[in-house]
Amino acid sequence: MKRIRIHEEYCIGCRLCEINCLVKHSRSGKIIKAFRGEEPRSLPRVRVEEEGYLSFALQCRHCDDAPCLENCPTGAMYRDEETQAVLCDEDKCIGCWMCIMSCPLGVIQRERKTKKVASKCDLCRGEEIPVCVKNCPNEALAYE
Amino acid sequence: MAKSLLFPEFKVVRDENRCIACQVCVRQCANDVHIYDEEDDQVYSQEETCVGCQRCVTLCPTRALEVTKKEAGMRPNANWSINHLRNLYKQAETGGVLLTGMGCSEDYPIYWDHLLLNASQVTNPSIDPLREPIEIKTFLGRKEEFLDTDWEEEPPVLKTQLAPQLELSVPIMFSAMSYGSISYNAFRSLAEAAQEIGTFCNSGEGGLHPDFYLFGGNIIVQVASGRFGVHPGYLRAAAAVEIKIGQGAKPGIGGHLPGEKVSPDVSRTRKIPVGSDAISPAPHHDIYSIEDLERLILAIKEATNYKKPVSVKIAAVHNVAAIASGVVRAGADIVAIDGIRGGTGAAPQVIRDNVGIPIELALAQVDERLRREGIRHRASLVIAGGIRSSSDIIKAIALGADAVYIGTAALVALGCHLCQKCYTGKCNWGIATQDPYLTKRLNPNIGKRRLVALLHAWSAEIKEMLGGMGVNALESLRGNREHLRAVGLSREEREILGVKAAGEGW
Repeated sequence: MKRIRIHEEYCIGCRLCEINCLVKHSRSGKIIKAFRGEEPRSLPRVRVEEEGYLSFALQCRHCDDAPCLENCPTGAMYRDEETQAVLCDEDKCIGCWMCIMSCPLGVIQRERKTKKVASKCDLCRGEEIPVCVKNCPNEALAYE
Repeated sequence: MAKSLLFPEFKVVRDENRCIACQVCVRQCANDVHIYDEEDDQVYSQEETCVGCQRCVTLCPTRALEVTKKEAGMRPNANWSINHLRNLYKQAETGGVLLTGMGCSEDYPIYWDHLLLNASQVTNPSIDPLREPIEIKTFLGRKEEFLDTDWEEEPPVLKTQLAPQLELSVPIMFSAMSYGSISYNAFRSLAEAAQEIGTFCNSGEGGLHPDFYLFGGNIIVQVASGRFGVHPGYLRAAAAVEIKIGQGAKPGIGGHLPGEKVSPDVSRTRKIPVGSDAISPAPHHDIYSIEDLERLILAIKEATNYKKPVSVKIAAVHNVAAIASGVVRAGADIVAIDGIRGGTGAAPQVIRDNVGIPIELALAQVDERLRREGIRHRASLVIAGGIRSSSDIIKAIALGADAVYIGTAALVALGCHLCQKCYTGKCNWGIATQDPYLTKRLNPNIGKRRLVALLHAWSAEIKEMLGGMGVNALESLRGNREHLRAVGLSREEREILGVKAAGEGW
């Protein structure tokens, strides 16, 4: 499957990936509205980890042996057959947070807006290239 | 503490209706212009330290920022310009020589803009470069006076031993910018682009980082007055060796790499302690005459087994033609001349803006003099200093240059916005800095791609212009000033350039 690869040596820590991810997963899809008009604000599903000079954007790796998938009691976490991405069916999610507990990378979060479902990278369903990759100004993320 | 009288040069205009307080600007500014206030959830700006590099403007996702020149409120005065006042205040406060970066930005005539090119009409056919090949390959090095050939043999044998040549697929090279003055990633972009295109970049006076020995076939290494990083391996690794006598931005004075830019890696490359200033003396202390220069040229040729052309780079100064003649007679295979617009990583502003002459005039005079003396073939002529476009290049070639060096243009392709703050080591674009937080902002893969694209674009334009003139090889244009005409120049300037006035026929 195509994965988002991280080139941490070129990550400049601008967090434009986070900003664009947030907008993509907001209700309006419009940047100014997403930040200033939508309460609660949606969450970015990618997070820039930073220590000293090193930084990189981390999002769900869509593991081949995904523990979140195995531990989900309701089957809300599923693997998309077409793209092999690990996705969350929000209608089935009961907010037990087993996925958050079992994710070794800490890339699943609670979605603030409904206080129920798990929020994670969905590779921007329907987009040819995920927005974090498309909007990285220094090509520190690649989709390949 | 006495209040500084310096006033901000730039104005940061933030459109509050668009700002989403995402703090991209805060994170991208190395000069701490933007500050996020958590309590107010707002970003504020303090413009005192803004250098106008436009990094924040470029990266702002909502285009909420605009950085413009701040109009000083003083009464306009033709004599006491704002720049003069700023410098006066600054010097009254610091008591020091004012430093700056990049090339001279004063309003002196730019002769390229007064030269026009010819084209074919009716009496001679123009050529369509998309249908017919146009040759722009260039060889740099000494050309033989006479080719002794044994025609008896089958096939005929060339008996003359040819001098070593540099083969350029485009008549454009990247000028000397040292690792130290520019970042590892910037140098890597230049080296990779030079290799891909089939041209050369120049190590500058900074030695060669071990990683770049791989690109040696496309690197000209420099031997300058500080002799930083010069050792046999360095000379052997390169395609050619350049002795740097002068630099267009600062003729007559040496170099100074501030200690802030001497990182552990730079220190290893230059063989000097971390954090120490790298100071190149003004003259080479073993070169006080043409004869001394000859000895160094011969020593380098000896050290490189006479396999590599030796270039000598001089700044365009008043007596440049006579000096160039001496340099050629001293045995240089390539003479590089850097004009007043030539860039730098750090130079005293007063020198950069007031010393030297425009490269167009220097080039015309040097070419003329070498021809008159019958030694033009003994060296190739490379010019540098403010080459902005393919038309500048083709005009330079018509004036007599063999190839050009581009420095500033290449850096602009890499993202430089000409803020002239290279000497601070805080380049927000990751070019003229060694700060690991800033250098990663220049991804060499992107940099290389952009440089290659630029050279492709310029080659295509050069071919278009050549085709229009009905010339199918750059070689046929070289030094052919009949293809140039001058507009808006005095008779004297035209004479120096050796170019007729527009409107004059053959």
